[in-house]
Amino acid sequence: MANRASKLGKIYIIVIFLLMYIPIFYLIIYSFSNGTTMANFNGFTLRHYGELFADKRMLAIFLDTILIALLSSLFSTIIGTMGAIAVHNTKRRHQRETLLSLNSILLVSPDVIIGASFLIFFTALKLPLGFWSVLLSHIAFEIPIVLLMVLPRLDEMSPSLINAAMDLGATPAQILSKITLPFIQPGIIAGFFMAITYSLDDFAVTFFVTGNGFTTLSVEIYSRARQGISLEINALAGIMFIFSLILVGIYYLIENHNLSSGRKLDRVEVPDR
Amino acid sequence: MKRSFKGLFYTPYILWLAMFVIAPVALIIYYSFFDIHHQFTFSNYRVFFESGTYLTMTANSVLYAFLITVISILISYPMALVISKLKHRDLWILLVILPTWINLLLKAYAFIGLLSHDGLVNNLFGFFGIPAQQMLFTDTSFILVAAYIQIPFMILPIYNSMTDISDSYIRASSDLGASKWQTLTKIIIPMTMPGIKSGIQIVFIPSLSLFMLSRLIGGNKIITLGTAVEEHFLTTMNWGMGSTIGVVLIISMVVVMLFTNTKRKGRRS
Repeated sequence: MANRASKLGKIYIIVIFLLMYIPIFYLIIYSFSNGTTMANFNGFTLRHYGELFADKRMLAIFLDTILIALLSSLFSTIIGTMGAIAVHNTKRRHQRETLLSLNSILLVSPDVIIGASFLIFFTALKLPLGFWSVLLSHIAFEIPIVLLMVLPRLDEMSPSLINAAMDLGATPAQILSKITLPFIQPGIIAGFFMAITYSLDDFAVTFFVTGNGFTTLSVEIYSRARQGISLEINALAGIMFIFSLILVGIYYLIENHNLSSGRKLDRVEVPDR
Repeated sequence: MKRSFKGLFYTPYILWLAMFVIAPVALIIYYSFFDIHHQFTFSNYRVFFESGTYLTMTANSVLYAFLITVISILISYPMALVISKLKHRDLWILLVILPTWINLLLKAYAFIGLLSHDGLVNNLFGFFGIPAQQMLFTDTSFILVAAYIQIPFMILPIYNSMTDISDSYIRASSDLGASKWQTLTKIIIPMTMPGIKSGIQIVFIPSLSLFMLSRLIGGNKIITLGTAVEEHFLTTMNWGMGSTIGVVLIISMVVVMLFTNTKRKGRRS
């Protein structure tokens, strides 16, 4: 498979990659600048990182953001996977289409609509805005992406695997834990990571449902950025970049691991074609 | 027994659908019929369709989103094509994914610095003898920054549909004497249409409502549907009018979804 990218093509992707990464590195480089703006680099300093770590409020917001991301991803992965199994089990074509269309509503909805409608919803339920409203919202908008990551794996699974297991007397619980879940595991993990990304990246929905007391990093960065440039945000960008690199690294390791075990499963599939 | 076991999977998912998909949409439609004094009224819709400002704003919003989507496709398609042919393509696609893990707000913030009067872009312009431009708070910078943010989300679905194409189609087409261009237009592009469509779904609709970008990069000059919803909900507290604009957004979303879904069905049958 490897080959055939023309020289021109390679130059093209390098240019685009540079354009994609320049803003990010620009941010990080200026986090070390001994100045106050992103205009002139005034010599190396770690001052802004010092300020950032001394900022107790920022640290609390950072931890809250991570907590929301992990908890919401966990719950959305569980519900999303169940949803994928439910959709997969729906044999009638138009029921399945309906479920899938409903599923993608939150995925394609503009985030302001999700935010505004959740705000109305929580207000109608008299649920106070804060940690719980943010957590529930994040779970809600992550479920459809998890479902979409898991469903293709389920559909790929040959029905003869399940039939064979049933013929051999496996109970539904055994089929689920010994066959279905291991087979769709790469999809589940990909879904979990996508959910984390969605949570960490979300600004608009959180902005609507967060109320006064609770803040996530995105909302905090927004309110600070509106006041102008402060190199403390650049320092935060630097730290979040390292954090993302670590997450991507973990994701890549898991994917690779899955690839090697996935190949075995593919081989199982071949005979019944 | 088997049935109840299967029902177990439906329950949480259907509950989620009812509570977080159907109920909020129903509530937003319900609220759109109430004015600021909680009286039932059609006036929100009348104001929306009779005052020119809301209609112009909607048209502008759609135009911006359209431009953002087109620019993203034009840049992303060749990207996906080249990456799918590379040796370590998994590694390269990771480089595409990586920026999506960087917080959206940080990327927007980076551009405040890049595009500012003494920023990198103006310095580059100065290097080529072009006088410093006011770039922040313009339409162009808003569209380009939005496209910058959306590009990875466009590359990924296209790339996925490209890797789904079996190598034998490409080989067959070249064996049958097709030129590279013919292979691209007759085989690769038609076979990646589902990827392009889901890319459009992922990019177009959110682009209608990037209110943080229009605030940070576009200044307060650019008012999109998203900015209007945010303003009505969080500043003027006129939830009725905000919901009405929301309903318009929902309808445009449904239109886009129908447009991108029906064709997919047609292809399958």
